[in-house]
Parts: sequence; structure tokens; C-alpha cells
Amino acid sequence: MATTPTSTPVPKTNRIGLSIAEYKGGKTTLCAGCGHNAISERIIDAMYEMGVSPERVIKPSGIGCSSKAPAYFMSRSHSFNAVHGRMPSVATGAMLANRNLIALGVSGDGDTASIGIGQFVHLMRRNLPIIYIIEDNGVYGLTKGQFSATADLGSKLKTGVINDLPPIDTCVLAIQLGATFVGRSFSGDKRQLHSMLKAAVAHNGTVMLDIVSPCVTFNDHEGSTKSYKYMKDHEEPLQDINFVPVFEEINVEYDPGTTVEVTMHDGSRLRLRKLEEDYDATDKILAVKRLAEGHAKGEVLTGVFYVNTQAPNFIEMLNMTDNPLTTLPESVVRPGREVLEQVMEELR
Amino acid sequence: MATTDVALHEDSGSLERKRVVNDMSIQVGTVNGSGSQSSNTVLLRSIFQMGVPVSGKNLFPSNIAGLPTWYTIRANKDGYIARKKEIDFLVAMNPETAREDVMSLAAGAVALYDEPLNLRTLRNDLVFYSVPYDKLVAPVCPEAKLRKLVKNMIYVGVVAKLLDIDMAEVEKAIRKQFAKKVKAANLNLAAVQAGYDYAAANLLKRDPYHIQRMDKTTGKIIIDGNSAAALGCMFAGCTVVTWYPITPSSSLVETMIEYMKRFRIGPDGKATFAIVQAEDELAAIGMVIGAGWAGARAMTATAGPGISLMAEFAGLAYYVEVPAVIWDIQRVGPSTGLPTRTSQGDILSIAFLSHGDTKNILLIPCSAEECFTMAQDAFELAEHFQTPVFVMSDLDLGMNNWMADPFPYPEKPIKRGKVLSKEDLERLGGFARYKDVDGDGIGYRTLPGTDHPAAAYFARGSGHNERSQYSERPDDFEKNMERLNRKFETARSFVPRPVLISNGKSKIGIIAYGTSHWAILESRDQLRKEYKVETDYLRLRAYPFPREVHGFVEQHERVYLVEQNRDAQMLTLLKLDVRPELVTRLHSISHIHGLPLDARSVTDEIIMMEGK
Repeated sequence: MATTPTSTPVPKTNRIGLSIAEYKGGKTTLCAGCGHNAISERIIDAMYEMGVSPERVIKPSGIGCSSKAPAYFMSRSHSFNAVHGRMPSVATGAMLANRNLIALGVSGDGDTASIGIGQFVHLMRRNLPIIYIIEDNGVYGLTKGQFSATADLGSKLKTGVINDLPPIDTCVLAIQLGATFVGRSFSGDKRQLHSMLKAAVAHNGTVMLDIVSPCVTFNDHEGSTKSYKYMKDHEEPLQDINFVPVFEEINVEYDPGTTVEVTMHDGSRLRLRKLEEDYDATDKILAVKRLAEGHAKGEVLTGVFYVNTQAPNFIEMLNMTDNPLTTLPESVVRPGREVLEQVMEELR
Repeated sequence: MATTDVALHEDSGSLERKRVVNDMSIQVGTVNGSGSQSSNTVLLRSIFQMGVPVSGKNLFPSNIAGLPTWYTIRANKDGYIARKKEIDFLVAMNPETAREDVMSLAAGAVALYDEPLNLRTLRNDLVFYSVPYDKLVAPVCPEAKLRKLVKNMIYVGVVAKLLDIDMAEVEKAIRKQFAKKVKAANLNLAAVQAGYDYAAANLLKRDPYHIQRMDKTTGKIIIDGNSAAALGCMFAGCTVVTWYPITPSSSLVETMIEYMKRFRIGPDGKATFAIVQAEDELAAIGMVIGAGWAGARAMTATAGPGISLMAEFAGLAYYVEVPAVIWDIQRVGPSTGLPTRTSQGDILSIAFLSHGDTKNILLIPCSAEECFTMAQDAFELAEHFQTPVFVMSDLDLGMNNWMADPFPYPEKPIKRGKVLSKEDLERLGGFARYKDVDGDGIGYRTLPGTDHPAAAYFARGSGHNERSQYSERPDDFEKNMERLNRKFETARSFVPRPVLISNGKSKIGIIAYGTSHWAILESRDQLRKEYKVETDYLRLRAYPFPREVHGFVEQHERVYLVEQNRDAQMLTLLKLDVRPELVTRLHSISHIHGLPLDARSVTDEIIMMEGK
């Protein structure tokens, strides 16, 4: 009888010594085939590959199918499933309290573009350090398929109802208002989304990613503009995206004639190989113009629309002390007796 | 508009000639935006510096400039500083309201007016003084555009002369008011002197009112409740403030910004706090909850309309169990209501703020001192009970000037409640967020960023079990809600105790809270002196009610609950709490006119209800 020595294979680990299993979440309760599940997978891969400590990550979300998703990835990270449309404020508060956290907010198109539009626009103009993901399917899933405000003009519901209002383009809004990394992707575009998420982790400031994520139950039929088929037929990537993290050696040169390289805050490189010769992701006005043209032509543009690595983020603007506010001891946060005496004297 | 609730009358009465010392209310009727605030503060401080107890109440419109404003100073040797129903001394500076202001005075009162208004002809039962302000202001204030402001300082001098206020004290008050602006101080001082000299040369004293030096303000300070609250929050170690401007709460945060910039910048020159003006009250409370969840001492300040907007988030914080401190500087509702008038109208809505079975802790300060100390209580309780704590101030307390004893330095160390550290988790191996380990209904929490694989939990407003996992199981839901109730019951013995004044014999009890306190103090003396009616008094300072509140109702045949709202809101809460047979003992005395409560109204109503 032949015997071979057996050993448990050592699981592959990332640069902080964690296996990918340690980035997993609970079992999904979303519909089979839901785009949101694919996005959760991409988040897990990106966080694992970037070697982000799960304990530093917070996962705030709003209400809806999208906002349930944080339960299905990274169980070792704190989550806060808040109220409908108000995740931005909860995330902002948490980041004020502890500037060392890494915020990954998950929202949906209803949660962001309708009930939450007020908080969304103000989050964008603050440039809070956060990765803000819209899992965008154009319908309200949990209430069984009503149109949301990102549904395209002329898009058809399962019931035959035609949408006669124009969509809100969350990317255009985000660019205009001050977000510093804005892009659109598709849950089915594994490669592109993967690279964009890794770049998002490296970015300092607000990352706003609108990810078209088909709803297989309520919005994946003929006549929908957010279906798998429609996306496969109409997706127009502006670039081929490649991300080289700071801790990896660069072993492939790029052609500056066809590729724009953006150096991220942490030294990582974002390489955008142009699929459209004239597109420049550092030009705000051009970005907005190109998105408007895309709407007119019926294209679903994807890619990194805008990136600005220089703008200060909200936490930096507040001139807060380097240590998280949550960790400050009493001796720092309670002024001494002499201060109270001084103030009392002023009031006498 | 009449600012008093005394009926208009034209009858003539004989003028009282008896000397009245250190017992009067002075009302100044001006136009808002005319700089009268400085003049009034100087007048208030001058009397205060003479050692006479004072209060100052500003009655202002929801407007920036051009509408009538009244400022009432009450000076009282016995320390009664509630609003006095009658005005004794009117300074009529506003042509628009002067006539009505004069007509609403009681016989024997004094009216000091701007000469061209010629108010003297209106009544023959008042003491009139007139001053030609425009003639006096020109020589002291060559710059024409400043005259409107400086004119108001002239009446301070006239009043000082008529009431015997020491000019040295007036000068001291002016120097304080214009601390760093020596030129402005000198200009204003000249105006006061002009008024004083005019009065000395031209006005024959014919009224009975005098201010005489005494020693009842030694060591005391003058401060508004919002500033006291701001200081209290700073000393409580608050690190995150998120807010949206709304009258009458804005000055709380604005003052806090000033103090924090002075005293909470670290040696590295960086702030040990974050103060963010949010886009609305929804975001303000959302940020507080996010910060509280992450482990900061976080607060906001607002008023009724903001509270309504915060309702959904309040329920989230209650159910997810996140500490939060919310100051409600109550104004008159419903809706926009009277934004610049005072009220205690948010009690009931805040006690149960949000849908479902939500119950909240309320703290109710009555004084500037309590604004300071309850700020610390609020943060301690919020973190101990992991729940929102609402501090129920009001416009009268928050925006008006009050005398106060110097605030006590907080002696107790800051406690952050049941928070598990990395080391705790290593020892325990893990934890269940909503498990009642200690039998007090309060679970243990971890903060985001805690470097341990078992630290994370999923905070959610949806149904959850002990481990904070999503659950729709009836038993999980019920058990959790019962635990939350247990936690609320625990809070009864932790919130500030009521203050009881009892002789042990009276059958009549008075219950009141917040700023009503000052009227009650005076009313009880009126009841005793004028009607020989003895009362016991319990001042509520928190909800849920500590047990002695029930005891107080048990011990008295009739209990009058005095409050500044229409619907007897606190009484309604108390009815839910006491044994059913005791409910008939409770009687409501409510005031809703938007003016601070006065003693006479309370006295009259109790006497009427007592059938005397």
C-alpha cells in the first residue's frame, strides 16, 4: 500500500497574512443572480488583494436590497445598516469620530437618488474619505419593482409601465459637487470593477462608484435599460483600467501616448489606457460633457470619469488632531480647573 | 402688541408715593437691530453690580431689523427673578409701540419717553418723563450713522439717574461690554453721561423706585443658558458636534465653537474636536449617531421643527443603542409656531420620539447652573445607557441672561459605559452585543476599529437577536424589546433626582420643571403670605420619573402640575406612571402664551382651583 505524506495545504495569504476566507461575509439572502452578489465578491477580492485590515473597515449602508449587501462580505468589519437614504450622515459622523477608519458605504439607486439625494449631494461636496458604492438597478427591489430615479427615459417595467422622467446621473452630480474619484462600472464586468475597487481603496477622498447591477427579479427583462443583456450590448468603456498597488513592483511599462498614469495618494498607480483618444479623466468639464453626450447617444459609458488626487479631504480640512477623537483621554478633552475659573471670572 | 397680559385700562388712580427699593421691573421698548441689546445689558449689569438680584428677558420678533423688541429687567431684593406680570418702569423708545406700551401699564407706573412722542397726554395716572434724545445725541456722537445706536445708550444714563444707579458701576459695565473696543466704550460712556446730566438738570424725581446697593450677587456670574450648556458640553469632553442652525438653539453651538477654539486646541495646534454644520437636522442627528456608534461623545442642538425631523433617527439610536446627546431649546410650536417665544411643548413628543415602542431619557434644567451640570449628566447617561438623551431647555433659559453661582468643576471622571477593548475580547473570546449580562438591560458594545477579529457586530435598525444578527423570530424580538424596557426602568434610578421642598404637612403639592421653577418659588411665597396656603413643591429634573415622584403624588391630596404647554404634557406622562386611583389627584395649570411664566398667574390659578 502506497503511502504519501499528506499535509493540509497552507492557504494563500495576503500581505498582512490573512487568507481570503477572512474577508468573507454571511451567506447571501439576495436573489440568485443578483448583481449585488457579484459586487460583494469583487469587494472581497479587492480588499484582500490590497491587504486592508478588516478591523479598520466600516460598512455603513442605508435601506434596500443594496444596503443588505454588507452582511454578505467582510464579517470582521463593523457594519451599520442605518435608515433609508441617510447613510452619508452616519458615515460622516463615524469618520469624524475616528479618522483611522476606512469607510465603504453601500447604497442603492433609490437610497441615493431619491430619498437620500440630499445627503448624497452634501457628502459629495465635502469630499469625505469614503468609498461610496451605488448598486444601481433602476428599481426598488424590496418593495417589488417600482422605478427609481436612475431609471432611463423610456425604460419599461415588468408591468409594462414606461418611465417618462429623465434619470438622475449620480456620476455627473458627484463630479460637479466635488467628489474626487468618480466612475461607473457594471457588476458583470469583473475585470474593470476589480481594478476600480482597488484604486478606490488607494484614493484619499470621496470615491463615488455607480455600479449597474441588474435586478434579476424586477428589472432584467426586454425593455429594461438595466438588464444584463442591455448592459452587454450597450456598455461603452472609456478606458482599459489597470491598477498597480504601491506594494507591487511595476514590471510593465506603459505607452504615454495611449495611456494616462495617475499616481494615487499612497503611491499606487492607476493606469487608464484610452479607448477614446480625447478623453481625459482629470478634466471635470470634459467628463460632464462626455457623460451628457453618452446620454444623448444611448450609450452606457463606464470607466473612471474623473479623478483628482490633490484635493484635501473633509477630515484634513477640519484640522483635527492626528489621533482619532475616540481615543483622546480625559486630560485632553476636559480643560483644567484654571480654564473654568478664567471663564467664570469673565462672566462676573 | 402688548407684552404683558395685564388688561388695558384708562382709569386714573392715586399715585403711590411710598419709596420702593430694589423691587421693580423695567421694560425697554425698542426696534430690533437698533443696538438696544448693548444698552440693556449695560443696564442689567449695572444693577447686578450693585448687588441686587436681576434677570433680563428679551422679547424679540422673528426678524433681523426694524420690528418691535422689548427687553425686561427685573430687579428684586428677595431674589425673585421670574417674569413679573406688571411693568413698573417703561422706557418707550419705539414710536410704533409706544402708545400701546403706555396704555398697558398699571396705574402708578413710570413712562420714560422720547420727547417728540408726546405720550404724556395719553394718561393721567402715570409718572411721565421725557427726554429729547436727538438733541442730546448730536454733540456726543458726531458721526451721524452711529447715532441710532448711541441714542439707545442715553436712556441708560437717564434711568441710572432716576433710579440712583451708581455711575461708576455703569462705566464698569460699559467697559466690560465693549471690552476690546476702547473707542466704542468711550463713545457710549459719553452718551450715558449726557443722559445722566440731562436727567439731573431737567427731571424732577416723582416716582417711588430706587436701586440701592446690597450684597446678594457677590461672586455670581451672568450668563445665558445656551452659553452655560456650551461650557458644560466642553467640560464633559464632547468631541463631535453636528448641527443645523435654528432659533433658539443656534447660539448654543456658536458659543461652543468660540470656547472650543479657545480651550480645546491641543499642543500641536490641532483641534481635539470636530464641529460640523450639517445640511439639515436629519444629517445633524445622523452624524451624531455615526460618531456615537464609533465611540465619540457626540451632540447636536436644535428646537421643535428639528426634533420632528430627527424622529426617525431617534428611533434608530434607541433600537441600535447608540449614545447621543440632543439639546432641545424649546420654542412655541406646533409647526413654525412662534420661533422666538418660549415653551415646554416638546415633552410628550420627545418622550416617545419615533415610531414603534420608543422611549427616551429627558433631562430638564431650570437654571444656567443646571445647563452646565446636566450637560455632563447627559453624556454620562447616554454612554452608560447607550441611548439618546434629550436635554430639554427652552428659549427663556437658553437665550436670556440669568444670574448664576459659579459653575462647579466636574469632579467625577468621565466614564464611557460598557465598551469592550481588544484586551477584553482576548480574555472573553467574543461577545454578544445585546445580551443582558448584568441584569440592568445594558449590553456590552465594541467600537469600530477595535483590533480584534471578534470585535465587529452588525448594527442594524431591523429586528435582531442578542448577537445583532438579523432576526424576525417573535421570541427574539419580544425578548429584545423587554430588555430595552428593563434598561429604561434601570434609568429611573440613574437620572437626576427631583428636588423636593416639603414641610411634611401640606396637602397641596406643586410639581413643575424647567424655567417654571422661578415662578413657582415666588408663587409659593405669595400663596403663603397672601392666602395662608402652604404648599409642597417637587421639581422634576428628568424622565423616566424616579420613584419619589410617585411618592410625592401619594402624599398629597391635590397635586398641581404647572407647565408651559396646552396639553398638560408632563401630566400625561405622569398619569401613565402612577397608580390609576391617584390620577384624579393631578390637576393641570398650563400656560401657552409664549412669554416666560410669571408667579401671579400660578397663584391666581391655584387659589381659584382651591376654591378660595
